[in-house]
Amino acid sequence: MKYTSQMVAKPYFIFALILLAGEILFGLLMAVQYLYGDFLFPLIPFNVLRMVHTNLLIVLLLFGFMGATYYLIPEETETELWSPKLAIITFWVFLVAGVATILGYLFVPYAELTELTFNNLLPTMGREFLEQPLPTKVGIVLVVLSYLLNVIMTIVKGRKTVITTVLITGLLGLAVFFLFAFYVPDNLIMDKFFWWFTVHLWVEATWELILGAILAFVLIKVTGVDREHIDKWLYLIIAMTMVSGILGTGHHFFYMGAPEYWLWVGSIASAVEPLPFFLMILFAYTMTRERKIQHDNKIALTWAKGTAVMGFLGAGVWGFFHTLAPVNMFTHGTQLTAAHGHLSFYGAYIMIVFTMVSYAMPILRGRPHGNSQKAQKVELTSFWMMNIGMIGLTLALSIAGIVQILDQRVGTELIGFMESQESLAGIFMVRAGFGVLVLAGLLTYFYSFFVKEEAK
Amino acid sequence: MTERITKSMAKNIYYGGGTFALLIFLALTFDTVHQIPKRSNQQNMTENVVAGKKLWEDNNCVGCHTIVGEGAYYAPELMNVFQRRGGADEGTFKAYMQSWMAAQPLDTPNRRKMPQFNLSKEEVDSLSDFLIWTSKVNANEWPPTIEG
Repeated sequence: MKYTSQMVAKPYFIFALILLAGEILFGLLMAVQYLYGDFLFPLIPFNVLRMVHTNLLIVLLLFGFMGATYYLIPEETETELWSPKLAIITFWVFLVAGVATILGYLFVPYAELTELTFNNLLPTMGREFLEQPLPTKVGIVLVVLSYLLNVIMTIVKGRKTVITTVLITGLLGLAVFFLFAFYVPDNLIMDKFFWWFTVHLWVEATWELILGAILAFVLIKVTGVDREHIDKWLYLIIAMTMVSGILGTGHHFFYMGAPEYWLWVGSIASAVEPLPFFLMILFAYTMTRERKIQHDNKIALTWAKGTAVMGFLGAGVWGFFHTLAPVNMFTHGTQLTAAHGHLSFYGAYIMIVFTMVSYAMPILRGRPHGNSQKAQKVELTSFWMMNIGMIGLTLALSIAGIVQILDQRVGTELIGFMESQESLAGIFMVRAGFGVLVLAGLLTYFYSFFVKEEAK
Repeated sequence: MTERITKSMAKNIYYGGGTFALLIFLALTFDTVHQIPKRSNQQNMTENVVAGKKLWEDNNCVGCHTIVGEGAYYAPELMNVFQRRGGADEGTFKAYMQSWMAAQPLDTPNRRKMPQFNLSKEEVDSLSDFLIWTSKVNANEWPPTIEG
């Protein structure tokens, strides 16, 4: 660790991982309720489980990105963080707000929660992924502002690199597009249109910049490849992201009340969306091949290559499956969307957090050369368990989606939604099984932190 | 392939391409915002429809259902429930909604459960009006079949 202020990243990483355990746990509970409707009902109805599951994901990724930023910014700018104290205060504020929100979801009926949290003053709740009460949304804005202030002030006083520029662009985009969460027109279609400005432009534009910057940072560190070379790749990746991702928003506007031209614009632009992810694979593997150093922390590089490959599969390939308008006519609103959502969030975003944690955490714990070989072996096992688990459950959800389409949308002998879902019980069972594997993988990952160092 | 591209070329593609995409996106957004009121029959958006949307949100209906293809996949699509359960007749649909909402949760063992939301008769009517309005939005021929 070169700068003492990098230490503030540690609580962010730890809490992100704890939230991830919670996210997966709630995912499993949902998987069981999918099969046995009486499970946990009426104690925790499905919509509450899902809200906890998806909101934990969003919050844990924000914690992960913040931790990653606080770790890499001092090294990139070659100066201490502007205010480590502010970073720690922000951490506790966000933690308390996050925990309070989740407890609110679990213990207060949602309709009552809307009344208690001033939703009638400015209605923003009850929309997918943006279910947070108004005070939480305002809290997120304050947390992000304090985070941005800290990062910008550090960059201003220190060295400016391509990585810091790309990162700050991504973070500013994240902040700006979240503001659409406060705009809720009475017209459902208008509401949906601008809802995507937060949801799509986060995950398929601004977050990809953050992902690219973190990936580039870790690759510089573990391969020792020349910065000029890394910078070129990073620019190329984010160029493709911007060109495809912004107009790619159009793939959400095919069948929700927006004009016809989106059928063309969305299809063409989003057909290019796999490209930046494919470039990330080339990037990670080329840098590995051309590496100047053999870093002892091998598992960090494994995660870096892993996130490129899995991000490409989840976001690129699984996205492309249903991104062309004529196909989307049949796939829109089916389990195929869920399949794509699971693998892309895991591959691109959860895994980049793992990459950073895997690289930075040993250093923060006083092990500059990475964890012991034994600990890395355990971590590698968890890497495969989680990857296989996620691919397995994605395949199961994909099959479920295809069957659902054949049952409800193709041919003349159609059956209804509930009947179709009942016929899918077997495949939902398989999905739950792979979910258990993911949880076991995460627990194995946790265990790798406690493997004793070998005596040297 | 990447050998022939220099860092400054890549940088220019990023700034140039990004700005170009953003400008087209803004122009199309502007046009879409002007077209949505017509495509969604905003003139028929009565007070009841707006109240129905608020109820839809306050009870987190999208946490289980999809509407216009977006939401959760635990329960049926509701954009065309007006046609599916009401035969596209307002009276039939509203009567159906009253009895359906009152009957929740159904006591079929291990069927996926819909909670009892304790809505008043007027509230259920507003929710019905909201769903009827939604069913008439021009979503480019979606959903493909009555089963949604």
